[in-house]
Amino acid sequence: MKNQPGYIKFDTLSLHAGQQPDAQHGARAVPIYQTTSYVFRDTDQAAAIFNGERAGHVYSRITNPTNAVLEERISALEGGVGAIATASGQAAMHLAITTILGAGSHIVSSRSLYGGSHNLLSYTLPRFGIEATFVDPRDPEAFRAAIRPETRLLFGEVLGNPGLDILNVPRVARVAEEHGIPLLLDSTFATPYLFKPFDHGAHLVFHSATKFLGGHGVAIGGLLVDSGIFDWEASGRFPTLTEPYEGFHNLVFTEEYGPAAFIMRARKEGARDFGACMSPTTAFHILQGMETLPLRMQRHIDNTRALVRFLDQHEAVDSVVYPELPDHPDHGLAQELLPKGCGAVFSFVIKGGREAGRRFIESLQVFSHLANVGDAKSLVIHPASTTHHRMDARALAAAGIEEGTVRLSVGLEDPDDLMQDLERALRRSQKT
Amino acid sequence: MYITVENRKTYVYTGARTFDHELESIVFVHGAALDHTVWLLQSRYFAHHRRNVLAVDLPGHGRTAGPPAGTIPDMADWLWSFVDAMGIEKVVLVGHSMGSLVTLEAAARCPERVIRLALLGSAVPMPVAEPLLTAARENQHAGFDMINIWGHSPVAQMGGNEAPGMWMTGSAIRLLERAGPGILFNDLNACNEYGHGLDSAARVACPTLMIAGRSDIMTPLKVARDLVAAIPDARLSILACGHLLMAEKPNEVLDELIPFIGPPP
Repeated sequence: MKNQPGYIKFDTLSLHAGQQPDAQHGARAVPIYQTTSYVFRDTDQAAAIFNGERAGHVYSRITNPTNAVLEERISALEGGVGAIATASGQAAMHLAITTILGAGSHIVSSRSLYGGSHNLLSYTLPRFGIEATFVDPRDPEAFRAAIRPETRLLFGEVLGNPGLDILNVPRVARVAEEHGIPLLLDSTFATPYLFKPFDHGAHLVFHSATKFLGGHGVAIGGLLVDSGIFDWEASGRFPTLTEPYEGFHNLVFTEEYGPAAFIMRARKEGARDFGACMSPTTAFHILQGMETLPLRMQRHIDNTRALVRFLDQHEAVDSVVYPELPDHPDHGLAQELLPKGCGAVFSFVIKGGREAGRRFIESLQVFSHLANVGDAKSLVIHPASTTHHRMDARALAAAGIEEGTVRLSVGLEDPDDLMQDLERALRRSQKT
Repeated sequence: MYITVENRKTYVYTGARTFDHELESIVFVHGAALDHTVWLLQSRYFAHHRRNVLAVDLPGHGRTAGPPAGTIPDMADWLWSFVDAMGIEKVVLVGHSMGSLVTLEAAARCPERVIRLALLGSAVPMPVAEPLLTAARENQHAGFDMINIWGHSPVAQMGGNEAPGMWMTGSAIRLLERAGPGILFNDLNACNEYGHGLDSAARVACPTLMIAGRSDIMTPLKVARDLVAAIPDARLSILACGHLLMAEKPNEVLDELIPFIGPPP
């Protein structure tokens, strides 16, 4: 509609959301409030902030002005009501789960997960009475079939590990809605530039901001975002949000905060008690990265597409796993849900197995051999000779990895230089 | 807590405190398609400073059963029914936007029962733009979007929330989306058709505070000034924000209300 007002656009929000120029000194950049605590005007103000009667900061474990800018910015980009910055992506995932689940509850999770998330669900949370069932992310009905009376969360990654399985978010979200259970997504590989989970029915999202949001490999951090969409009262399964909380003067979060009940409980309890907070300096680094998120992500995608084409046609390569390729099982879903691109992390299988993979890695000059993704610089890892080196071929296959599997995180360099680097290393990998 | 008003299950937020008949009561009335949560900080403050706080959900809004009252006078009559059901004689009234018209009309109908009146984001008349009315009539999401965008100042649309980590326009749209079909149109139509507001203003007998946003384009400052001039004992306070004052400037709104409402009797 021509005369209809419009919201501020994504690229502008990436630069500005959450920040007003510093009122005291006029600083244009977001100031780093490297402080633990905040001076109160008087005792009445102090008591009022403590008791949720006034807005403000008390202690940087719970809120901090620099972190608040970052929290608003990711909320704006994802389309949520609010967010919490955490010490890492794992801390964000833990905070999401512990805000609404307790002993005796159950999670239905995609089985294509980052190893750290898999460890949390498989080995750590069961010690605290929270169990998980793992299902095929390509089968939304498998989520439904695994739901038990005590299930309180559905979980998956938008782009799964390591095969880039694409979660059918709209269908899994429908299953979640039909059962009165929220859907939590790890959207680290996608970022809101490529995919906005709340627009497709997801209720909660977290990121390892260490990766593409920060984008420069300099800071570890996480972000948990609440869509404000899920109706906790209608569900009737979440007493931490709908019943009086003794830990905060019998506050009932859904009555007090309406659509923001989840994120407020996460802050007033989880940030306070678990304390996995982000340093304000880290928040600053991640904000610097997010300012250029749209530009960087587009370049990441452009470079990735060029390398996927290059490797797919290379005689030293057995196969390339990327959803934009027609033979990927999720090719159709990729076109529907991720038309702007399927991320900049993908794997391929080199001919010659484990030894060829080792020679390939050691021949690269531009790609850095390390265990991270989402840096501005291109990264590479060969699981069979590093993270999974103790596994034989059969054990690797069970984890969806072949002896010649190489994972790339494509950076922002000139694509010609990246292809030249790959070409040289592939040639050397094939020499016996 | 829930009470019954005119055979209708009615929700009123009390700041998580038990109602005490010995204390003075402040009634907060929300705007179009919203509910009691817009008063979160203000209501919690007074509830913890020896006042009864009654942030009520109007009929058909929030947790109160429908249908909604269709006119501002009907809403005002219902508000007195609510106060009667609480067993209170005199109250302080605080209203925002449509809620300010409801409290203004209520104060005009029973001037002897109102101790003080605070009007936030108010103007008389309060005409509603035709594209907004049309979108609301047809239950289009664009109606919520227009309220959300026009309701926040351009500065606030970039964020910088006083409540750390909360995204203002994201929070507002989720709250608006919770309104049932037809509620936004009902409310906007009621505002649009409220024609005798200045006559009602002349009948207000208590001290009145108007808090207006300098960048408010839904109830512009110029029209707000006319309303203040029509109320016998009124003053105007202007904040650097748009129409959704409690979201944009929660602390400053509180700083205005605290001295105006005064210490507990």
